[in-house]
Amino acid sequence: MKIALGGVVRGGTSLAYETGTWRDRKPIIDYDLCKGCGVCEEVCPDNVIHDVNGVYAIDYGYCKGCGLCAYECHVNAIEMIFEAK
Amino acid sequence: MGDNGKTERVLEGSEAVALAIKACRPGVISTYPISPQTHIVEALARMVVNGELESEYVRVESEFSAASVLAGASAAGSRSYTASTSQGLLLMTEVIYASAGMRLPFVITGVNRAVSAPISIQPDHQDAMSLRDSGIIQIYVESSQEAYDTHIAAFKIAEDPRIALPVMVCMDGWILTHSYERVRLVEQEEVDRFLPPFKPIHFLDVNDPKSWGPIADEDLYMEFRYAIHDAMQMGKKRIKEIFSEWADISGRDHGGLIEAYRTKDAEIVLIAMGSVAGTAKDAVDHLRTGGKKVGLIKIRCYRPFPYEDILKAIQDAKVVAVMEASFSMGSEGAIGLDLKAKLYGRSKTPVVIDMIAGLGGRVITRGTIYKIVEQVEKACESGAVPFEPYWMDLKPEVLP
Ligand code: SF4
Ligand code: SF4
Repeated sequence: MKIALGGVVRGGTSLAYETGTWRDRKPIIDYDLCKGCGVCEEVCPDNVIHDVNGVYAIDYGYCKGCGLCAYECHVNAIEMIFEAK
Repeated sequence: MGDNGKTERVLEGSEAVALAIKACRPGVISTYPISPQTHIVEALARMVVNGELESEYVRVESEFSAASVLAGASAAGSRSYTASTSQGLLLMTEVIYASAGMRLPFVITGVNRAVSAPISIQPDHQDAMSLRDSGIIQIYVESSQEAYDTHIAAFKIAEDPRIALPVMVCMDGWILTHSYERVRLVEQEEVDRFLPPFKPIHFLDVNDPKSWGPIADEDLYMEFRYAIHDAMQMGKKRIKEIFSEWADISGRDHGGLIEAYRTKDAEIVLIAMGSVAGTAKDAVDHLRTGGKKVGLIKIRCYRPFPYEDILKAIQDAKVVAVMEASFSMGSEGAIGLDLKAKLYGRSKTPVVIDMIAGLGGRVITRGTIYKIVEQVEKACESGAVPFEPYWMDLKPEVLP
């Protein structure tokens, strides 16, 4: 791969860059507690929580582990687990 | 040589620059006034208001914004221009680094003025030196005529796809911007032929979205930075070609990356940048009449640093006296540092002595230059090359 002059990149290329490797804490949803309200989907700055067949699921390939979802979840259904690498 | 530039006028330096910019047909001009740059952007404002120049004239609230507008306009595919000086150039610094990294070509007039504190609105080169390492090409001019010619060449240099970098044309405040001089102008058709409309390599396009300069980590950052340096190094040849192409059109040849003035057989070679080169040429002529083998190198293009050409011009010299209008606090003048670095470890090199002269507009007359030559001769006779630069005409009695 050659680098483009001035670092110009076309749209959509961020899919190729799995930012999940930046994470040191991993959000885990406890589905026994989850009410399916969708607040975590709203707040996730990386837009990696989505309703997949009626269940909120996290795409760990891109989740940076910021913890916003766990902070905002009203029923504390999300736990941040330390991931030592 | 062409027989052009028949339109001869007596112009203030700022007006000459504004006419050069007008002839380049910039799509966007961003401005924030600061002395001694103001007359340039005022002249351009008048041209836009009077309908002589069709350009988006953006008045901004700071130099940071002025530079940001240039970056945005350039990314959108517009030829863009601004002028600034001193604190204004310092405020632009962050954006200039980013713009060079994003390879956005635009042109800035860097009107040279001292930097605070204390406040001084008088000329020296410290402001431009703050951008030394940013990736902007820096070209210094000696006269209003050279300023006029160089600005037109500057757009062509910046926009050359092999270079693709911002260019700053540096001219001494007041001495050039506010004095009147005979300036020969070139016909619009000639400028148009020399400088066709800007064809960006990439440009912002809603149908083909792109980002400029996003993150590059340890795996690629070095390569991006090297690419800027490489474009500058390789660009030297292109810059010379563009200068000589313009010389053919205008009938005026100001030199290449440097102008070597009576350096052949010179034992003492002075190095200077900007308007002081004119005074230095007079001094050299006078000293030559008196039998002293003195010459001058005027550095036109400071970044990229034209060491190949300088080394060739000083190969037979005994001593090189670098006149520095800026100073790296705790070290020495920037040109001396550059030159010594390139000379080190080579055989038969001349002695380089740093002469700090003209900070904050301290006047440099021919007399100052005679004193510099005397000082250099004394140092050579004693065989003791000083570690510390000489501060010409310093008043030690007033130091706190
Ligand atoms: S915010 Fe909590 S309760 Fe709401 S969907 Fe997300 S995990 Fe479930
Ligand atoms: S930790 Fe942050 S990035 Fe990961 S899913 Fe939660 S909000 Fe999104």
